[in-house]
Amino acid sequence: MRYARLLLMQVRASMLLALQYRADFLLDGFVEIFWMVPAIVPLAVVFRVRPHLGEWSFGEALMVVGWFTFLQGVLEGVINPSLVTVVDHIRKGTLDFVLLKPADAQFLVSTARFQPWQCVNVFTAVGIFVWGFVVLGRGPTPADIGVATVAMLAAVVALYSLWILTVSAAFYVVRIDNLSQLFNAIFDAARWPVSVFPRVVRLLFTFVIPLALMTTYPARALLGTLPWATLAGALGGGIIAFTVARIVWKASIARYTSAGG
Amino acid sequence: MSLRSTVTAFPTLLRVGFMDAVAYRAELLVWMLATTMPLVMLALFTTVAADGPIGRYGQPQFIAYFLATFIVRQLTGSWAFYEMNFEVRSGTLAMRLLRPVHPLWAYAAENLAALPMRLLVSLPVAAVALVWVGRQATTHDPVMWGLFAVSVLGAWLITLFVNFAVGCLSFFVESSMKLMDTWLVFFFVLSGYLIPVDLFPHGVRAVVDWLPFRYQIGLPVELMTGAHGTAHALGLLGRQWMWVAIGLGTTSVLWRSGLRRFAAYGG
Repeated sequence: MRYARLLLMQVRASMLLALQYRADFLLDGFVEIFWMVPAIVPLAVVFRVRPHLGEWSFGEALMVVGWFTFLQGVLEGVINPSLVTVVDHIRKGTLDFVLLKPADAQFLVSTARFQPWQCVNVFTAVGIFVWGFVVLGRGPTPADIGVATVAMLAAVVALYSLWILTVSAAFYVVRIDNLSQLFNAIFDAARWPVSVFPRVVRLLFTFVIPLALMTTYPARALLGTLPWATLAGALGGGIIAFTVARIVWKASIARYTSAGG
Repeated sequence: MSLRSTVTAFPTLLRVGFMDAVAYRAELLVWMLATTMPLVMLALFTTVAADGPIGRYGQPQFIAYFLATFIVRQLTGSWAFYEMNFEVRSGTLAMRLLRPVHPLWAYAAENLAALPMRLLVSLPVAAVALVWVGRQATTHDPVMWGLFAVSVLGAWLITLFVNFAVGCLSFFVESSMKLMDTWLVFFFVLSGYLIPVDLFPHGVRAVVDWLPFRYQIGLPVELMTGAHGTAHALGLLGRQWMWVAIGLGTTSVLWRSGLRRFAAYGG
């Protein structure tokens, strides 16, 4: 309950901060919609020459891009702003002030900054879903949407855990401005259904860096082709990722020596 | 800031830049890992091409193309914008202005000095490429390799001038970071970084040929993989250097007018 109130406060602070820069609002929204272009163009080009990639058609692959866009909104709106803040804290040694506060440090750094206008991505994602279903000539059943929502939650948890792991790296490597770039670069591969990759890469993207869990599974859920076992696996994977991230975070923060240390 | 003082200072700048790159090797490594996108595209397109070639690209061609893309990005990458943006906003640019070397030369030197470290990574990749696809997918023509060298230089200069020009915009607007992001979007799609330019439909290609993006990555890669005859290659090189000239012009105009607006705090 206390944490819920805290979260609300942090969100409000970010909201007010964002409202100060209203011109940025529009520009940001515009840039965000723009970022969809590199996600879709390669897809369109590939599907122009090959109507089917493995078991994926263009309309089905659009579902993956939709989830990719959605998660990118989560990444840019909730995750990356906090990442920049916490890396800055670590570099300058001001993380002390966060650690001194009477609340869980991981919670505090995770909710430090939000960029509300990234909601645009959610609408863009919905747009892409609609486009995909128009291409497919059918719609999702309510059950599919329900399963997809569950899969999406697992995806967000996995993404968040990956982020905590990246932040933990900042404790070990000092000058690391481009950490978010690395994160984005890894995440970029998630715009493709994981099964179009060769076997080795597919295994890598399923078990080591769980990109499959993030976009492919929710997309298949929305299409109604996700086996229950896979859904259970995705949930389990999310929980495992979260636990590992928590342990690594604890270990990293123990290493933190502030600026003077 | 005479030319002579720049020339005398340049070797030192390069040495400092090199030491900087060695000192912050972890950062460099992160950057390199962040540029492995061509390798993902390589994996993707080789599966796509498993049932037969796309356009003129079979599997070996795709492998050669994307390995070359990786190498060219390593050679031509630049992050001068981020440094300029930071220094303009924090006011530390004032420090650079006091030195007897033009700041843009200093940025260029830093960029150039990181090359040996990056070669350390890209050379093994090139070796792997040669072993993997043999020599069939790269050009044999020594002239073409010469043109490749020229095109890499051009590509680097375009990328550097874009960084400078957008960096100079930090003098005028607060959100130059967004502009850089927008540029990067176009760059990723249209440069041949994610997808070879000749897979685009014809109408799009005609436009892309006149835009600067494909000369940042696509042209050197195509020359290396022997995609063009000499005459066509020379034509494309001409356009590339036209963009280098435009970049140089834009940068110098923006730098001059922007610097007048610059006010450092706490100086």
